[in-house]
Amino acid sequence: MNFSNTYIVGFVIALCLVCSAAVSSLAVGLKPIQDENKRLDIAKQIVQVAGLVEPGTELTPEALDSLFADIELKVIDRRTGTVTDVDPDTFDPRKATKDPEASSETPDYKAKYRLTQVKRLPDQLEVYFVNVAGKEAVVLPIHGYGLWSTLYGFLSLKRDLSEVIGITYYEHGETPGLGGEVDNPSWKAQWPGKTPFADDGSVSLTVLKAGVPVTNPSSQIDGLSGATITTKGVDAMLKLWLGEDGYGPFLDSLKGS
Amino acid sequence: MDKKTKKILTDPLHVANPITLQVLGICSALAVTTKLESALVMSAALMFVLTCSNFIISCLRNRIPGSIRIITQLAIIASLVIVADQVMKAYLYDVSKQLAVYVGLIITNCIVMGRAEAFAMANPPLKSALDGLGNSLGYSLILIYVALFRELLGNGQVLGYDIMTSVKAGGWYVPNGIMLLSPGAFFLIGVFIWIQRSGTPDLQEDE
Repeated sequence: MNFSNTYIVGFVIALCLVCSAAVSSLAVGLKPIQDENKRLDIAKQIVQVAGLVEPGTELTPEALDSLFADIELKVIDRRTGTVTDVDPDTFDPRKATKDPEASSETPDYKAKYRLTQVKRLPDQLEVYFVNVAGKEAVVLPIHGYGLWSTLYGFLSLKRDLSEVIGITYYEHGETPGLGGEVDNPSWKAQWPGKTPFADDGSVSLTVLKAGVPVTNPSSQIDGLSGATITTKGVDAMLKLWLGEDGYGPFLDSLKGS
Repeated sequence: MDKKTKKILTDPLHVANPITLQVLGICSALAVTTKLESALVMSAALMFVLTCSNFIISCLRNRIPGSIRIITQLAIIASLVIVADQVMKAYLYDVSKQLAVYVGLIITNCIVMGRAEAFAMANPPLKSALDGLGNSLGYSLILIYVALFRELLGNGQVLGYDIMTSVKAGGWYVPNGIMLLSPGAFFLIGVFIWIQRSGTPDLQEDE
């Protein structure tokens, strides 16, 4: 069949218009539901990692929101550790990390933090303050590299920093069944109750290679078998975020108060 | 349904299976089959895309200029994939998080373009839709088979329920880690092809 060039151009334009109209109207129409899903997913992770509900509990969006009402998101200054008055709704840490104005290179990156692949740190960080009576805690967003991907998650500590409450990863691309087992509830169950800091203030929380004998059960965690590199990544990420270049100054200020 | 129409639907399940005979769509057969749930959702997404794309392309087949037919097919397929992806993000958030980029990669799934080019461009709409449905069922069949065994042998679970409690959860079953890596899927597909060709000698290539 022979078509004129005019017909071909007209056909292409019509096709593009129809396809883009269909796709964009759907995307715009579904955006509110998708954003709500994302927000609820993060809220669910935080409520669970803060120990407000048992892991695996199914929560209705209303129940989740009422639990989340006692959790306050604040933006802190990474170097001084003080709480700033930046509006958390407008602050995006991932964007800030890419902005040379709002971030700086990770100090001693090559020597200390190469495993995390976190080359830049934002000058300000987010912290969730859990204000439920008897369960006061801080939930710290953390991220770092595993084997294939950057793992994004939350680590929650008691407000007096005496114990870890839990850890969770909400986004990662590790091998399902091996590194992906960072999601496994029975592995995560090792975390609560561990001591994050030694008496001298250094980070004592450590993830060992799977099968290495645990010498200090109060702060060591048995790694995932078959996932040595992911495990090392998790350990490196703890050292970065709990250390002086991460949330260290902020956590010190909590100890003081 | 007469015999010929029925053949369009059933052939891709066995004697013209897109994965085991035409060896198309292997990438996603490896990537999304570590869990049965993600394989099921992936199959449903492909079924939607393939059936609709075959139908739409077949409706337009006499109007698509030959010189730009491939890009036209791609535009239609890509739009349908985005529709599937957006709907999943809105209503099946957890699963869409697991599948991540693989839904988007349906665009490059050879089965979809292969059927558009080989069938929909030359056949009427309803037959083409049926062909799309048949081929996606053939694809789903393999995906579900591979995922069932990978999840069972690799984790001791089916659809997240413990069948053989693994040592990680305090049971007795030592999970077979290789099943969770890509080679595991290759072994399973290989075994399937072996059984299929032993049972139906017509499918064997001449020496």
